[in-house]
Amino acid sequence: MTNLTHLTIRAALDGLEKKDFTATELVDAHIAAAEAARGLNCFITETFDAAREQAKAADERYAKGEALPLDGIPVAMKDLFCTEGVQTTAASKILEGFKPPYESTVSGQMKRDGAITLGKANLDEFAMGSSNGTSAFGGVVNPWKRKGDNRDLVPGGSSGGSAAAVAARIAMGATGTDTGGSIRQPAAFCGITGIKPTYGRCSRFGVIAFASSLDQPGPFGRTAEDCALLLKSMAGYDAKDSTSVNAPVPDYAASIGQSVKGLKVGVPKEYRVEGTNEEIIALWDKGVEMLKDAGAEIVDVSLPHTKYALQTYYVIAPAECSSNLARYDGVRFGLRVEGDNLIDTYENTRAQGFGAEVRRRILIGTYVLSAGYYDAYYNQARRVRKLIWQDFIDAYKQCDVLLTPTAPTPAFAIGENLQDPVTMYLNDIFTIPASMAGMPGMSLPVGLSADGLPLGLQLIGQPFAEETLFKAASALEKAANFTDLPQTLMGKAA
Amino acid sequence: MTALLKGETGDWEMVIGLEVHAQVLTKSKLFSGASAEFGGAPNTHVSPVDAGMPGMLPVINKECVKKAVMTGLGLNAKINNVSVFERKNYFYPDLPQGYQISQYQHPIVGEGSIEIDLPDGSVKVVGIERLHLEQDAGKSLHDQHPQKSYVDLNRSGNPLMEIVSKPDMRSPEEAGAYVTKLRAIVRYLGTCDGNMDEGSMRCDVNVSVRKPGAELGTRCEIKNVNSVRFVQQAIEFEARRQIEIIEGGGVIKQETRLFDTSNGTTRSMRSKEDAHDYRYFPDPDLLPLTVEDGFIEDIRKTMPELPDAKKQRFMDEYGLSHQDASVLIGERERGDFFEKVAKGHDAKLASNWVLSELLGALHKAEKDLKDSPVTAEQLGELIGLIEDDTISGRIAKEVFAEMFGTGKNAGDIVEARGLKQVTDTGEIEKIVDAVLAENPDKIEQYKGGKDKLFGFFVGQVMKKSGGKANPGMVNDLLKKKLEA
Amino acid sequence: MSIDKETVGKIARLARIKVTEDDKEVLAGELTNILTMIEELNAVDTKGVEPMTSVVQMQLHERADEVTDGGIPEKILKNAPEETAGFFVVPKVVE
Repeated sequence: MTNLTHLTIRAALDGLEKKDFTATELVDAHIAAAEAARGLNCFITETFDAAREQAKAADERYAKGEALPLDGIPVAMKDLFCTEGVQTTAASKILEGFKPPYESTVSGQMKRDGAITLGKANLDEFAMGSSNGTSAFGGVVNPWKRKGDNRDLVPGGSSGGSAAAVAARIAMGATGTDTGGSIRQPAAFCGITGIKPTYGRCSRFGVIAFASSLDQPGPFGRTAEDCALLLKSMAGYDAKDSTSVNAPVPDYAASIGQSVKGLKVGVPKEYRVEGTNEEIIALWDKGVEMLKDAGAEIVDVSLPHTKYALQTYYVIAPAECSSNLARYDGVRFGLRVEGDNLIDTYENTRAQGFGAEVRRRILIGTYVLSAGYYDAYYNQARRVRKLIWQDFIDAYKQCDVLLTPTAPTPAFAIGENLQDPVTMYLNDIFTIPASMAGMPGMSLPVGLSADGLPLGLQLIGQPFAEETLFKAASALEKAANFTDLPQTLMGKAA
Repeated sequence: MTALLKGETGDWEMVIGLEVHAQVLTKSKLFSGASAEFGGAPNTHVSPVDAGMPGMLPVINKECVKKAVMTGLGLNAKINNVSVFERKNYFYPDLPQGYQISQYQHPIVGEGSIEIDLPDGSVKVVGIERLHLEQDAGKSLHDQHPQKSYVDLNRSGNPLMEIVSKPDMRSPEEAGAYVTKLRAIVRYLGTCDGNMDEGSMRCDVNVSVRKPGAELGTRCEIKNVNSVRFVQQAIEFEARRQIEIIEGGGVIKQETRLFDTSNGTTRSMRSKEDAHDYRYFPDPDLLPLTVEDGFIEDIRKTMPELPDAKKQRFMDEYGLSHQDASVLIGERERGDFFEKVAKGHDAKLASNWVLSELLGALHKAEKDLKDSPVTAEQLGELIGLIEDDTISGRIAKEVFAEMFGTGKNAGDIVEARGLKQVTDTGEIEKIVDAVLAENPDKIEQYKGGKDKLFGFFVGQVMKKSGGKANPGMVNDLLKKKLEA
Repeated sequence: MSIDKETVGKIARLARIKVTEDDKEVLAGELTNILTMIEELNAVDTKGVEPMTSVVQMQLHERADEVTDGGIPEKILKNAPEETAGFFVVPKVVE
């Protein structure tokens, strides 16, 4: 029989439909893979029993010819999505044991469509990080390794568990959230595909907030088409989210394989920043050629405020997070560490419940919002944000999509880049601008570094033009023909 | 009506501004679908949004927007087409999100004004600074346990309108009149039930004192005062406290104070609290709130008549005095009741009966107008009987007492008790003749110039008729016979 | 601008996070580094630019005034660290 864990979602849906195998077999194969790969620490909470039950129900629907759009597809759910009755932690000690009495809209829609959650995927605490190293439940290990170097590498972050699970063939797809690159950067580090849709495309209801004006759920898959299938299920208007946009959800998968002839691909010069890995620059040039060969028209564009995006982000995201995380006070849910009095209890709870990076961001956010600094920092950042947004709007007068690198380096080893928070922040330098502007962005694997690590390129699209992104991604995917497997899986494939 | 306070160094003027929190009358909360009803078992009117649970998001209640605009129009205020919800950040156990969603730099309603009616019959204009929408907090109970506080979130997220006045008031009476008028306006509009006992209207009072004409003094804010009387008491006490401090060589410290209803004093609330730094910023879970001109105009069209307009109309249309009209319009129901009574009848008579007889009886019986045993139609019928001389005013009071006690109709009572006025000239003449025959000595005295005895004869005739004789006819007949 | 230990103490207090004296030292350095990076924004000319709150270009949607939630005290209280008689319980608040 086929190695079920190596199938794409599209192939698995076909196989299930044709009764080549059952959903139970598919789910069991992935549970076995997950159990074998527990060392990667992809899940904070496993929900295998529930998954097996759901697989049975899926099989019954297939037998009756009533299969749902994603029926029986095993996925990993980032542990930032609240799941009713199932522990939801945001990878923080402060939420350990928290079982929400409600379901996030996105996870609910995936369940509605028959997707089966294998577990709650590990992440950086409250989605704050670029290496998955800030999780209170331990870091995630990237299934990829450098050639001849046995050191464990980070999967990227914050959606590290989701990306690693999909790369390691533990899950066929996964959910992530992206605030400044948390889907795109781990997708690049793990050699898979991930898309951050336009802000407002997927509901944030039931998604634990980091920075509300930036957070956006999106899928991971091993192909652009798989991401399209997942996004179709995740996206849509939600009356429970005031920033959700009421626009129809197209059949994204229909864009796969469409010609990019005449598509105008913008190449922003500001992304050629110093310190970027030369292999990545070379890969970028190669990507441009691939799209050109496929019939796209290449346009040089300028996004002049790109170099201020990171700084803008590190004002706005911490400011919002300092307020969003005020609700973790030990009164109604989560950890409480008793003190001498109420204030002492608050301070103990939050000091012990939050990890170092979360505390740091709350403090910087508190500082930039505080009296006397608000205008100089917060309002100035919001004004620059407007300029960054305007850059994109102007660029889109010349082109349909932008092509850039996803991250300035391939995956790094666990423990590297820890000297100073600011060094770590530089990881998101290519992904943050699209986040600030709310534009959809997608990362897909296009090649390997000399030492055998996957490298990703990013496509950035116009608001609500995800279909164009999928079209361009599938052209690039076809040309790149990225078939390499993580070293930990080599030889295991059929 | 500036009331100056005498201090040791001379006269002092009070400068008063009010922030009134009025709960918008809605079924559900400002940003969640939980019930906004008062009371209930603890934590039953609470959705995960109101409990600040992770991942929960606010969605605004359309009715709150509508009613805030309507109230703004009732305050003759500018409605802002774009307003912004911001977060006011601070930690407190009954503030589940760790921030209150409020409007700060861009409120939904801007400047306006209302007229207040003062006890001496004069009218004063008080400026409105702004009105904005915000969430209420939950409730902490501190007296249930020696070391613990209990938290009930039923009120958390209820919709409030904070209505901020300009510091235009100069006496406790003016402040009282302001609250009374504001309450009447929101009740007329149906945008708040004005129930101060249940906390659906609460006042924060800002008080400072100064020498007349001098610069504004430092103000203190007295939080959560929940009756008109307490507002006045709190101002009185606070102003005297401040004068004493200043005259004693001290300075007023800007602070938040609590009013103690048990002894009418105020005390400092946050003695050693960190300087407040609420770190306001626009709530990224919400977009700016837009209200189109068309929406505002549609609301304007559905606005009921407001107290001041009604008062003017009562004076113009019914010829009522300012005093009577002011009392009648104090409650929307009272004005409506009066108009029903006055329909087809003499308006001044109707006004007198509503104001003195009915409201008096209700007050004595500790009943509200809505529970009145006498309906407006019934009272109208009674007045009709007076007008067509079926009964005299005096008999009418008797009839009214029975109506109030039994709920019966005036006509039925008059009929059953045979109270119908005697208007038969022959019958009245008989009684008059009998009375004159019984009092020849009094006739002598009357004719000798003792005019006052006329009243005696009238009284005797009325008494003999059991009060039923038509007083006008009695007068006429007596005059004719005595002067004959 | 640099953030000193005293400022760290002040903002930690506002954020209700306990920090030890040693932490303050380390945090002062880290936060100053972040702030130094942020301050590069001062170089941007933003004269006449309206601050941006949301990238979403639409009107705020409003819900109908209906009771659709609540009545679930057991669910609301289920995750509470301490509760009694339907109330959340906290160390006494001193006013």
